[in-house]
Amino acid sequence: MSKLKLATVWLDGCSGCHMSFLDMDERLLELAELVDVVYSPIVDTKEFPDEVDIALVEGAVASVDDEKKIKKIRAHSKMLVAMGDCAITGNVPAMRNPIGPETILDRAYIENASAQAQIPCVVVPKLLKIVRPIHEFVKVDVYLPGCPPSADTFHTALTALVTGGPLDVSALTRFGA
Amino acid sequence: MSDAVEVKTLIIDEQEVSARRGQTILEVARENDINIPTLCHLDGLGDVGACRLCLVEIKGSNKLLPACVATVYEGMEVSTNTERLRRYRRNILELLFAERNHTCAVCVSNGHCELQTMAQEQGLTHVRLPYRNPELAVDASHERFTLDHNRCILCTRCVRVCAEIEGAHIWDLMGRGEACTVISDLHEEWGKSACTRCGKCVQVCPTGALFDKSKVGSDQPKNPDFLPYLNLMREAR
Repeated sequence: MSKLKLATVWLDGCSGCHMSFLDMDERLLELAELVDVVYSPIVDTKEFPDEVDIALVEGAVASVDDEKKIKKIRAHSKMLVAMGDCAITGNVPAMRNPIGPETILDRAYIENASAQAQIPCVVVPKLLKIVRPIHEFVKVDVYLPGCPPSADTFHTALTALVTGGPLDVSALTRFGA
Repeated sequence: MSDAVEVKTLIIDEQEVSARRGQTILEVARENDINIPTLCHLDGLGDVGACRLCLVEIKGSNKLLPACVATVYEGMEVSTNTERLRRYRRNILELLFAERNHTCAVCVSNGHCELQTMAQEQGLTHVRLPYRNPELAVDASHERFTLDHNRCILCTRCVRVCAEIEGAHIWDLMGRGEACTVISDLHEEWGKSACTRCGKCVQVCPTGALFDKSKVGSDQPKNPDFLPYLNLMREAR
């Protein structure tokens, strides 16, 4: 049996979900028997592959770049998993929503700048007005809440997803877990 | 009529149960270990039917009734856990999460929150409605406690405990619909209100809307269990 192709993606989040994923420790070796990690912040592939079986997405959609990425990921993935609270609720990145991106940028790059106060406008993508969960842009197949979901949650959920077994997410994790 | 207790017989979830006249469906259900989810109800406080989580189906009626305020009658047939009710309960929770800014991960009540626990119990893994992201105030004017409107679900437990138990009635609601908010006195800062500093409202608040300033981080379990005991002691007096 050929291995499933697994991708993990990091949008607007703190990478804590990826850290928790890595906290599966030696269980990662078991997982590596079943899947190939074809794209991830922790591997060197630069472009999202054409065909991915399972894509784990961490982080909310906060910039034009995130929006472009999540649409591409959906188009090339059989199963899309919203990984963690930022992807599912907006969570901490969405705390700027009531205030707005201009105020936040001003605060970070003008008010608090000790030298060369200016808002970056090249290379970095433009921020969206509102940070939103990924399911407001694309269809999500599985939701795995938690901040971050624990390594045990990852292990149980991924084992179920890879082997096609039953998965009761609410028995494993919750918002803020 | 004699003073003898009038007994009603009814069916809850296909289980035959007996009740005293005037008891609510919720009381009878819980006496019989039938779980009906609630958020605004709290043992020891008067019920208002605000959260609608305890809605139940009554055979022969199209209307759903809130179990916390609907009283039993002879021959009543109640269903508490149908697919329709589970769907409505998830909808209600989604509305609560979408209405204000409940960022569980950074909330003082993370891990001790009744809204968070309820979402998990009802199998809510995401909110299908767009979040409203309202800009809401935090009232930290009180020397001991803080009110964070971002986390408030308008259950009115604080209003009721202050009016019914403490007898101060400094809390109430102002405005309607999305503008509805908890206020102290006639919309004064909490710190300038007639608050007696008893802290009962903080203990009964199901979320992180009311919290104790002296505690750090999310290590803030609430202890509303004093209420039935306090009522019992007062009745005995």
